Amino acid sequence: MTSVPLARRGLFSGLLLALAVVLILSLGLGAVAIPPGRVIAALLARVQGIPTVAATEITIVWDLRLARALLALVVGGGLAAAGAAYQALFRNPLADPFVIGASGGAALGATLAIALGGILVMPAAFLGALGATALVYTLAQAGGRPSAVNLLLAGAALSTLISALVSLLMVLNDRSLHEVFAWLMGSFSGRSWPHLAAAAPAVVVGVAMLWAMARPLDALALGEESASSLGLNLTWARTAIVAAATLATAAAVASGGIIGFIGLLAPHMARRLDGGLHWRLIPLSALLGAFLLLLADDLARTIVAPVELPVGVLTALLGAPFFLWLLKRG
Amino acid sequence: MTILHINDVKLGYEGQKVLERLQLTAQAGRVLALTGPNGAGKTTLLRALARLLRPQGGAILVDGRDVWSLSTREAAQRIGLVPQGEALEWPLTVEQVVALGRAPHRGWFLPLSSKDQQAIEYALAETGLRALRARPVTALSGGERQRVLIARALAQEPSVLLLDEPTAHLDLHYQGAVLGLVQRLAHECDMTVVVSLHDLNLAALYADRVALLADERLLAEGTPAEVFTPELLEAAYGVAVSVEQHPIYGTPLIMPLLTRVPASTPAEEVVPPASPTRAANPQRSTHTARQRHPAAASASPALAEVVCHEPN
Repeated sequence: MTSVPLARRGLFSGLLLALAVVLILSLGLGAVAIPPGRVIAALLARVQGIPTVAATEITIVWDLRLARALLALVVGGGLAAAGAAYQALFRNPLADPFVIGASGGAALGATLAIALGGILVMPAAFLGALGATALVYTLAQAGGRPSAVNLLLAGAALSTLISALVSLLMVLNDRSLHEVFAWLMGSFSGRSWPHLAAAAPAVVVGVAMLWAMARPLDALALGEESASSLGLNLTWARTAIVAAATLATAAAVASGGIIGFIGLLAPHMARRLDGGLHWRLIPLSALLGAFLLLLADDLARTIVAPVELPVGVLTALLGAPFFLWLLKRG
Repeated sequence: MTILHINDVKLGYEGQKVLERLQLTAQAGRVLALTGPNGAGKTTLLRALARLLRPQGGAILVDGRDVWSLSTREAAQRIGLVPQGEALEWPLTVEQVVALGRAPHRGWFLPLSSKDQQAIEYALAETGLRALRARPVTALSGGERQRVLIARALAQEPSVLLLDEPTAHLDLHYQGAVLGLVQRLAHECDMTVVVSLHDLNLAALYADRVALLADERLLAEGTPAEVFTPELLEAAYGVAVSVEQHPIYGTPLIMPLLTRVPASTPAEEVVPPASPTRAANPQRSTHTARQRHPAAASASPALAEVVCHEPN
């Protein structure tokens, strides 16, 4: 296979190690601070069934913090992998997981569910994201020759329409305004094992499908016509990629709300570190996205404790300047 | 020995025809050059040959089989395309781009086999890219990128190789290098090569057969000497030309008798160079900045008068 320069060989193992370290530290952060050693002991305690640390610490680590941290990793990874795929599919560095309407659809679904009494918000957001993307995809195909540009345009148009609908719903239901607003800004507050159990399988399947599409993504990133002249069935490939990215995005948005910039930033960093080969780029983006979102959530829940910031606000606040700095460095 | 038959083909885009009643054959072991003025349909024809554009009528046959009866993948196993102006703006290395040429054989999911690796090595060696294999294509010059695209098509191991303006934007050295390689692939590897070329002199030097496209049809087909005559070229381009014999290779050497624009000499008589095909017939342009060879002017009435706007 392709030779990998020495400097890049340790990239994956180094990143995995950093991820493990940050995860352990994250589990110790909060109103009750727990040192890393006791975090590891608490983690092992429930696995082995031997209580070596205080029961309260085991409960805090396992029941309050671990699921939330893992959910941040899953959501960050899903958004970043979807972003990497869309940037290749559209050959557009500005494409993100929400580019063809997933965020708008999820927002509409969640807003409806909240307005109707606040039950089933997560399934509603998931279905909204899937529905909006499917609609955009169908509309783009209907306008003559289906192309990546048509997809982008249809996505932009429908997103605008949907955000108007969301605003309308919010105005009509001012009692639930605050709740919708909090959801739109993205947060892992109060998320636990059921949320993780609901989101993780869809994200893992979506990212795995994108990883399997690595070589078609390489070809598409160079141009649709040349991909076709290399024997790629464009309709099939595009459908598979959009379906996989949408699955991951919808699950991520349903459990975390709309969290911007991770899906844009992580793939850019990954390409700078390692180049554009998707066999490496998809997993590397996912790892970076997971890493970044876990860090962002740690900050969000500790920086002005006991108040929690919406993590989406933080990713944008930190992500945008970092992105601009990356651009300036050229 | 793959033969490419273009059988009574009609080509066009939505509601706009580009070429029709096209009858043309490309033989194995030969370079067929597609020439003709801008918009004559060279690229359209190549896209149709590459199975990227479905003909509105007629059929394109590869070894007797309609390309549209083949799957995208089957077609890609037989036909390699070097597209014009593919930007190569994704940070893949040279080797990674060339490896994509194996997709029609290997599929999109299996890892590369040693046979695939051999084909990649061959393609890199043929195009002189082995030293650049680990370089990102985004860091390459125009000539190097063109060679990467050719290498990718070679890794495809096609029996038909299509190249769209492979010498556009290339300097003198790379023009010769690229077309020399293309010629060797046809003559030594028995490939069927179809290449579109703007530069008639390059076509005359490197092509075995030439097709001249103009006015939505095939104007002429034959050896360069048969096709590149002053009459046919003037009919195709609306420009008078002088055709001499190349002093070294004996191929046609085409020199357009072009408009010469003198540096800001207002309102003077046009003094054209002597035309070997027509008597000089000087005429004055309305404002002058431009002068046109009278033969060219008369051959294309639309261009005869230049009306310049006077600055206020």
